[in-house]
Amino acid sequence: MSDLTDLTIAAARDFLAKGEVSSRELTEAHIKAMETQRGINAYVTETPGIALERADASDKRRASKDLKGAMDGIPIAVKDLFCTEGVLSTAASHILDGFTPPYESTVTRNLRDAGAVMLGKANMDEFAMGSANVTSHYGSVKNPWGPKDGKDLVPGGSSGGSAAAVAARTCLAATGTDTGGSIRQPASFCGVVGMKPTYGRCSRWGIVAFASSLDQAGPMTRSVEDAAIMLNAMAGHDPKDSTSAPIETPDFTATLGQGVKGLKVGIPAEYRMDGAPDEIEALWRKGTETLKAQGAEIVDVTLPHTKYALPTYYIVAPAEASSNLARYDGVRYGLRVEGGTLDDMYLNTRAEGFGAEVRRRIMIGTYVLSAGYYDAYYLKAQKVRTLIADDFRQAYETCDVILTPTTPSAAFAIGEKEDDPIAMYLNDIFTVPSSLAGLPGISVPAGLDAGGLPLGLQLIAPAFDELTLFRVAETLEEAIGFDAKPEGL
Amino acid sequence: MALDIDKVREVAYLARIRIPEGDLEKLRGELNNIIGWVEQLAEVDTEGVEPMTSVVGGLEAPMRNDAVTDGHCPEKVLANAPELEERFYAVPKVVE
Repeated sequence: MSDLTDLTIAAARDFLAKGEVSSRELTEAHIKAMETQRGINAYVTETPGIALERADASDKRRASKDLKGAMDGIPIAVKDLFCTEGVLSTAASHILDGFTPPYESTVTRNLRDAGAVMLGKANMDEFAMGSANVTSHYGSVKNPWGPKDGKDLVPGGSSGGSAAAVAARTCLAATGTDTGGSIRQPASFCGVVGMKPTYGRCSRWGIVAFASSLDQAGPMTRSVEDAAIMLNAMAGHDPKDSTSAPIETPDFTATLGQGVKGLKVGIPAEYRMDGAPDEIEALWRKGTETLKAQGAEIVDVTLPHTKYALPTYYIVAPAEASSNLARYDGVRYGLRVEGGTLDDMYLNTRAEGFGAEVRRRIMIGTYVLSAGYYDAYYLKAQKVRTLIADDFRQAYETCDVILTPTTPSAAFAIGEKEDDPIAMYLNDIFTVPSSLAGLPGISVPAGLDAGGLPLGLQLIAPAFDELTLFRVAETLEEAIGFDAKPEGL
Repeated sequence: MALDIDKVREVAYLARIRIPEGDLEKLRGELNNIIGWVEQLAEVDTEGVEPMTSVVGGLEAPMRNDAVTDGHCPEKVLANAPELEERFYAVPKVVE
């Protein structure tokens, strides 16, 4: 049997089913890998005790032929944005010091109900605000593909710990969340698959809120099939989240293997950026030609408001964040820094508890929502957001799915872009537009740059058409056959 | 619209984040960079465009009965409080 930590979920499931491996063996192998890979700082909290307990329970269920679900016995990491019952949940922020939820988020509850085994809580950017995993209170995560030229590389963000944990073979898969690219961008930087479902597919209940009209949970895996398997276990209508879509959840694996013959793949002219590296352009061309060779029809589409997506996002997301993060007041949970008056206590707690990027975004959000400025900024941004969503709707009149690069570059060194917020924001230039429109997207590893670092291609489908998304993504994955790994793994 | 120092101080207070006087100028520069950049939206013609209020169209906001669905677990609710007095959250005195 191949190395237990190098399996896909699908392969591990087969071995478990045939009795060739137990969940305990699989879990122990990953606990050991977590320890070996501590240098990359992918986890805020390791939970080996819980993992072994759940692995043993899974093995017992298997012995009595009473399996819970499709993920039974599969060890995974959970982004530390998900509240997990009885386990420290930090959002990688100082302000949530010691917070141990007495409840379980719906998505992690669903995964538990499907039998998944939690290995630990993955590091991330503080409150999911970042594209490099350098804003975590628990320190930067290192990309397992580094170091390069003596410098450690960022894993992307905000689900940087999740992406690094999957790439470093410390878990079979991980949950992520995506607000403007936080699943897809780190997946691209770490050479793994990252999938953001349609807004409303996965319940947001119990996920620490950043920007409520954008946040969406999704799977991060080492194959497209695994992403479909894991999403099956994560998704579903939840009455506890009023924005959770009250529609049936299909079997997301149903269209795998169907190929792309007869499908139309749209190429948006506006994603061809001046100054983008040739490698990105070449990768995109390779993706286009690959899908064409597999029988898809390539069509040009236009998304005219693309260039306004990032500025729109940097009004809408901070506005919602400033409102959501008002709850951290030092009274009910987390950090409290004393002050002479109640107001002083609030001011001190929030000054010490939030990092620089979070403070900046809260202030931008407070400003754009404040009296006299609301119409000029927030209302204007919500109108442009309508135009961005309309662009996609019109594009899907002539195509079934859209193909773009995931990121404008490969992973960069830790420390770069840190003194220029806007340069950092540009990382998400290709992922933010579809987030604003609520559409499902996936990043598939598609090649290496000249320095040997992974690059991803992104597919974007119409709302609730994950079946087409997975179908095209799997075809692309198979045809390209990306099989590179970080050195030493 | 560029923020001046007084505006930065006011916004920081509205957000209940203490910013030392000496840091205000640097923060003013950072915020103005971002605000200046997002203001490019002014060039988009949004005449007659409805602001987005629902991300994925076509789904009606659900209604539910106005009834208690959870509760009766004060220990759990209070378990993470930084400071308690009996079964109450404790804060600095607000009434003399």
